[in-house]
Amino acid sequence: MNTLNQYLIFAESTGSVWLPSQSSTVAGEVDGVFSLILWISMIFFIGIVGALVWFVVRYRRQPGVPAQREIHHSTVLEIAWSVIPFMLLIVIFVAGFGTFMGMAAEVDDAYEIHVVGKKWVWSFQYPNGYIDDALHIPVDQPIKLTMSSDDVIHSVFIPAFRVKRDVIPGRYTTLAFEATQTGTFDLFCAEYCGTKHSDMYSDVVVHPSGEFEAWLEKASNFLETMSPADAGKALYKRRGCAQCHSVDGSQMVGPSFYKLFGQQAVLDTGEAISVDGNYIRESILEPQAKARAGYRKVMPTYQGQLKDEEIAAIIEYIKTLKE
Amino acid sequence: MSTTTEPKHRLPQFISPRSTTEQPLSYLTAERGIRSWLFTLDHKRIGVMYLIGILTSFLMGGVMALLVRTELLTPGPTIMDADTYNHMFTLHGAIMTFLFIIPSIPAALGNFVLPLMIGAKDVAFPRMNLASLYLWVFGAVFLVAAMGLNGLDTGWTFYTPYSTTTNSSVISATMGVFILGFSSIFTGINFIATVHTMRPKGMTWFRMPLFLWSLYATAIIQVLATPVLGITLMLLIAERVAGIGIFDPALGGDPVLYQHFFWFYSHPAVYIMILPAMGIISELISTFSRTRIFGYRFLCYSSVAIALLGFLVWGHHMFTSESAMAAVIFSALTFSVSIPSGIKIFNWLATLYKGSISLTTPMCFALSFIVLFAFGGLTGLFLGALATDVHLHDTYFVVAHFHYVMMGGTLMAFIGGLFYWWPKMFGKMYNEFWGRMSCLGIFVGFNWTFFPQFLLGTKGMARRYYNYKPEFQGLHVVSTLGAFVLGVGLVICAAVLVHSLFRGRKAPPNPWGVATMEWETTSPPPVHNFEDTPKVTDPYDLEGFVLNETSGNYERRPAGITSSQKPSEVKA
Repeated sequence: MNTLNQYLIFAESTGSVWLPSQSSTVAGEVDGVFSLILWISMIFFIGIVGALVWFVVRYRRQPGVPAQREIHHSTVLEIAWSVIPFMLLIVIFVAGFGTFMGMAAEVDDAYEIHVVGKKWVWSFQYPNGYIDDALHIPVDQPIKLTMSSDDVIHSVFIPAFRVKRDVIPGRYTTLAFEATQTGTFDLFCAEYCGTKHSDMYSDVVVHPSGEFEAWLEKASNFLETMSPADAGKALYKRRGCAQCHSVDGSQMVGPSFYKLFGQQAVLDTGEAISVDGNYIRESILEPQAKARAGYRKVMPTYQGQLKDEEIAAIIEYIKTLKE
Repeated sequence: MSTTTEPKHRLPQFISPRSTTEQPLSYLTAERGIRSWLFTLDHKRIGVMYLIGILTSFLMGGVMALLVRTELLTPGPTIMDADTYNHMFTLHGAIMTFLFIIPSIPAALGNFVLPLMIGAKDVAFPRMNLASLYLWVFGAVFLVAAMGLNGLDTGWTFYTPYSTTTNSSVISATMGVFILGFSSIFTGINFIATVHTMRPKGMTWFRMPLFLWSLYATAIIQVLATPVLGITLMLLIAERVAGIGIFDPALGGDPVLYQHFFWFYSHPAVYIMILPAMGIISELISTFSRTRIFGYRFLCYSSVAIALLGFLVWGHHMFTSESAMAAVIFSALTFSVSIPSGIKIFNWLATLYKGSISLTTPMCFALSFIVLFAFGGLTGLFLGALATDVHLHDTYFVVAHFHYVMMGGTLMAFIGGLFYWWPKMFGKMYNEFWGRMSCLGIFVGFNWTFFPQFLLGTKGMARRYYNYKPEFQGLHVVSTLGAFVLGVGLVICAAVLVHSLFRGRKAPPNPWGVATMEWETTSPPPVHNFEDTPKVTDPYDLEGFVLNETSGNYERRPAGITSSQKPSEVKA
């Protein structure tokens, strides 16, 4: 049974038939609860189906032989099959409850990262103010995500860590965990949020101890170390532009950036404009003010979220997309 | 139905085309013409019209399900774009829930059977019954109209603030669901009043067939819970139209409040869907084991317990958005509902014990129900337990779980009940072999489709995903293939029933040998249900009937031969 259990449930690094790898401190415990319920329900299911098949075969109708059961109720039996499952359910509840309270508990020295969800991109802000589109964390360090949404409800789901918490507009929710393995893991949006819900994906990069700080420092200085166009390209990917604006001319939710700069465009009011730096800047800060004809007004504002140098870098990047 | 084959001219009511056989005109043929259907107050005709509407909705929702599954054959675009996919799964869910499953058993089968089971001529309020049908039609028009306007892309749950900000036709759809709610309330009120006031003398509460108990428990939920949905949707519409801040935090509202309101109805609604199904299963298991149902009283109490406890567990849909304290309370309450459901399964198994079991088509569906419902119920334990739900919430595990309960449960029971009462409804027997084959096809196809989804869910595949990571594709392909097998099974099932209408052997009054009252009258019944007032008897006295080999009818055992005789003595 132990080997079977291992095959079915516990396979720390690679994942098992059922579950992904166990890469956080709570994953093993959650899988323990999963395993407990799996065994109890398998036993019940096999019992129920076994009895059903046996009775159907054994007591199949035979000519001239009527039903032979004389007992039509049995309080003892019926109480037994109410009370025994009830006790098992208490065991399951307590197991699920204990692990859950451990997951929900706040840790004092947790490293705090702010998460903002918006259609259809995640942004992760580190204590020094740097914002990235991937969640980078150090291994073996309690992490606390403080999360909010700019538009509709989203949900942070990291299967390898067995954690999930809704990200709700108008309030902060928190999610705590501690990674036990280095590597790259998936972070999905689990609450339906519209057209590109399934593309609201992010990498979770767990750095070996000591390497996280170096990564953060290097990443934070991108405006100084990169050319404006390259920095703009990085921002384009990191800050969610790429979710809706293509750079190769293909049609997505918003207008393509390909050959955008200097283009003549028509607004939904019918007015014709020329796309210049000011128009791009305004569209980033107040997306609905001058929306292009033929596109839905769904872009969230970046007011207060992008610095002037960053907007300038994005404009420089768009200028390079000529061919 | 068969009206086209009959002479075109309208027959006066009192002249029977089959007067030579002295059989009274059935409710199907007593009056002719479209008006006689549209303005009928006959619960049987209303039931049949509900059945047609519900099956049409099921067909629509089913085609959408196949399109959704086909799209999921590959990550990224397969046959439609992301927005179309979102509209498609939303309408699949909304149509299946509001137009099909909720009214399926109570409004179609219940309407037909309930008055017959208590030996009455009709329900307590026949006009209200017809009104409920029309409300259903109007509601359906509004809901389906959303498709033709801007579509609907909110998911069937209409979660705010997505639903108050999307540009799809949320108002039309929610108006539809609001109206459908009234249809459901009308049916509930009618059933409560009928069961309370129209039971014949001698049919005490504990001599009622279990299907009536389950319809009664369902009606209580319909009447008490549905208004909450109505109010919630009105608030949603008010917010969308007038910008009144109730759920949208940008307007000072609270989006999680919407979830509480919505599930305060929609969790009890799960029991609106499953309770009548359980009632059908109790009848089928007892009938085709030819023995009294085991533990009748526990089955009655468990129906009522499920109806009441069902009101206390709505918060288990929100373990990842509500407070930890609320989650703990709702988790504990959730487990309490599984006790009465467990009792039902064990009592059905005990009914099979030492029975005389024949695998007729309805019985095949009933046995499939037990297997699939047990599986669905047990997988619910993973979702009720807090630690595991956090991982599984909003993944394919949930999708698989509720399809096992709703489709493996309610749909199987609905089809089983349809095959069971079909001879009574239309006076025709169907092809048993193909009936069983359809059950096999549905059973195999169903598991093939939905079992892989449990694995997808535990591995972390979130639901309502148009695009997915390549490692999930294998299981998605398996699931989609299964969906087509399931589709074939359902087509066979439909073919068997339609075929029977034209070519089926004439049904005797009591083809299964059941002691409940609907089998006392002719198949199909006359307009006023019974020629003579039926005598109230023990509804589970199956031993009181013997098969007449020549007519295929079960007849009451002649007095003098008692059911306590040993098998050897009855052989002759």
